[in-house]
Amino acid sequence: MSTLSPKALCLACAAPALAFFAAFWLLPVLQLVALPAQKGAATYLAVLTEARYLKSLLQTLALSLAVTGATLVLGAAVGLTLARQRFPGRGLLLSLLTLPLSFPGVIIGFFMILLGGRQGLVADLSEAAGLGRHTFAYGLGGLFLAYLYFSLPRAIGSYTAAASAMDPALEEAARSLGAGRWQVLRDVWIPELAPATVACGAMVFATAMGAFGTAFTLASQFEVLPITIYNEFTNYANFALAASLSLALGALSWAVLWLARRLSPEAHGSATGGA
Amino acid sequence: MRAPRQASALLRAVTALVALFMLAPMALSVLAGLVNNYNRGLQSGLTTRWLLEVWDGYGDTVLASLGLAVACVLGCLLLGLPCAYALARSRSRWARLFEELLTLPVAVPGLASALALILCYGSLQGLRQSYGFILIGHIVFTLPFMVRNVSSALQRDELRSLEEAARSLGASFGQRFLGVLLPAVLPAIVAGCLMVFTLSVGEFNLTWMLHTPLTRTLPVGLADSYASMRLEIGSAYTLVFLLVILPVLWGLQGLGHLIEKHHGT
Repeated sequence: MSTLSPKALCLACAAPALAFFAAFWLLPVLQLVALPAQKGAATYLAVLTEARYLKSLLQTLALSLAVTGATLVLGAAVGLTLARQRFPGRGLLLSLLTLPLSFPGVIIGFFMILLGGRQGLVADLSEAAGLGRHTFAYGLGGLFLAYLYFSLPRAIGSYTAAASAMDPALEEAARSLGAGRWQVLRDVWIPELAPATVACGAMVFATAMGAFGTAFTLASQFEVLPITIYNEFTNYANFALAASLSLALGALSWAVLWLARRLSPEAHGSATGGA
Repeated sequence: MRAPRQASALLRAVTALVALFMLAPMALSVLAGLVNNYNRGLQSGLTTRWLLEVWDGYGDTVLASLGLAVACVLGCLLLGLPCAYALARSRSRWARLFEELLTLPVAVPGLASALALILCYGSLQGLRQSYGFILIGHIVFTLPFMVRNVSSALQRDELRSLEEAARSLGASFGQRFLGVLLPAVLPAIVAGCLMVFTLSVGEFNLTWMLHTPLTRTLPVGLADSYASMRLEIGSAYTLVFLLVILPVLWGLQGLGHLIEKHHGT
């Protein structure tokens, strides 16, 4: 029976997946790449040359960078705490904090409406404090917090694992040599956690760039690129432009993940959920 | 092992704040789905009427999502297991290239992949209006997770020698693959299945573009209810999502512990 050479066997095994992938991702994406050419080569650069799209891109970049920074700082703090502090319910807390990893972005948008919407918790609290009903869900603040909520579980998970694997002797040595709190942070924690930071940072940034569900639910006044693409496609049926903007977004996300993998081998498990 | 150092007060305070920020919306949402009137809170009494209303209006989306997720897992098994074997055994440059390409749908935002699928196949009405279209999108997005999980398990040295031994005893490829290799990497396969299932149930970015009014999934229904229904219904619906996804996540964690115990990693 088994007369196939190992090489042919491998090819036969890969064939179904290869065919499926070629038909339903590669071919469509190649078509997407070719599409903007119909409206002239300049369409490829629309994201840079047209002020409206450039603004959307820059807003998305700035928001994603800010979210990445905040996520890494907070995630590292929580990870370090959970790795060294033993208290009852620690395992439960960790699994509750990483639970939102499986939430679609729309749920997180809804959470922000519950917190900062017109009937939200913050509005109730600020009214009770005599400050009037305060809402933040539908602007930049709501979007920032929603993206933060979406990214934190991943950061907390990876930093807790990385901090648990840290060698406590290093920090003790540093302290016994008279290192202060900030020196320990600079010379021990940051270098020890660097691989997790690169991997997690790239993932958070790429996910934030492509996040659609959260911004969609919040119908935010602050326009991000995925929403711009969606509007061009659905409301204006401007397919060539939607394709061009998608390519820019896809290339950016992919490039950041690729760069991180070059820098840190840990970045291999590139699992984005649907933000 | 020595007991680790305590965390400083600052770190503990930040952790408490982050925990509050993460857990408060979940608690609020669960509560809001179970009280009679959100504005009056617990005083208005607990009820299951919102849950029942969700079931009436959106019950089909729950079943559709579960069915899609199961089909997606099956598709990933059929396509992914042989592919994982090929990638684990082949050292050619083409195999590495394919491995790299296969993960692109994960790195590229779902919106872009969905646009590409619609522009390419949207005119095939039969496909466009069936759940099959969403299923294709979900398989493209989840296949890399299954392949990577199983392929790295298949690369273990002892499995190579095990396969060699089976071959020298005259086992055909089918016997070696189904009878020796797959049982040996079963934990990785189960972990891959649960991951694919979770991703499929929660997928929104692709699905929102690929769905039609007649092919809605749970997250699509959620987005619809958030936009058009009262807070209590949105919350009750969120609760339904949690009830679907939690058992799978617990299974995943339990499995993780089990594997740790058996393989002593």
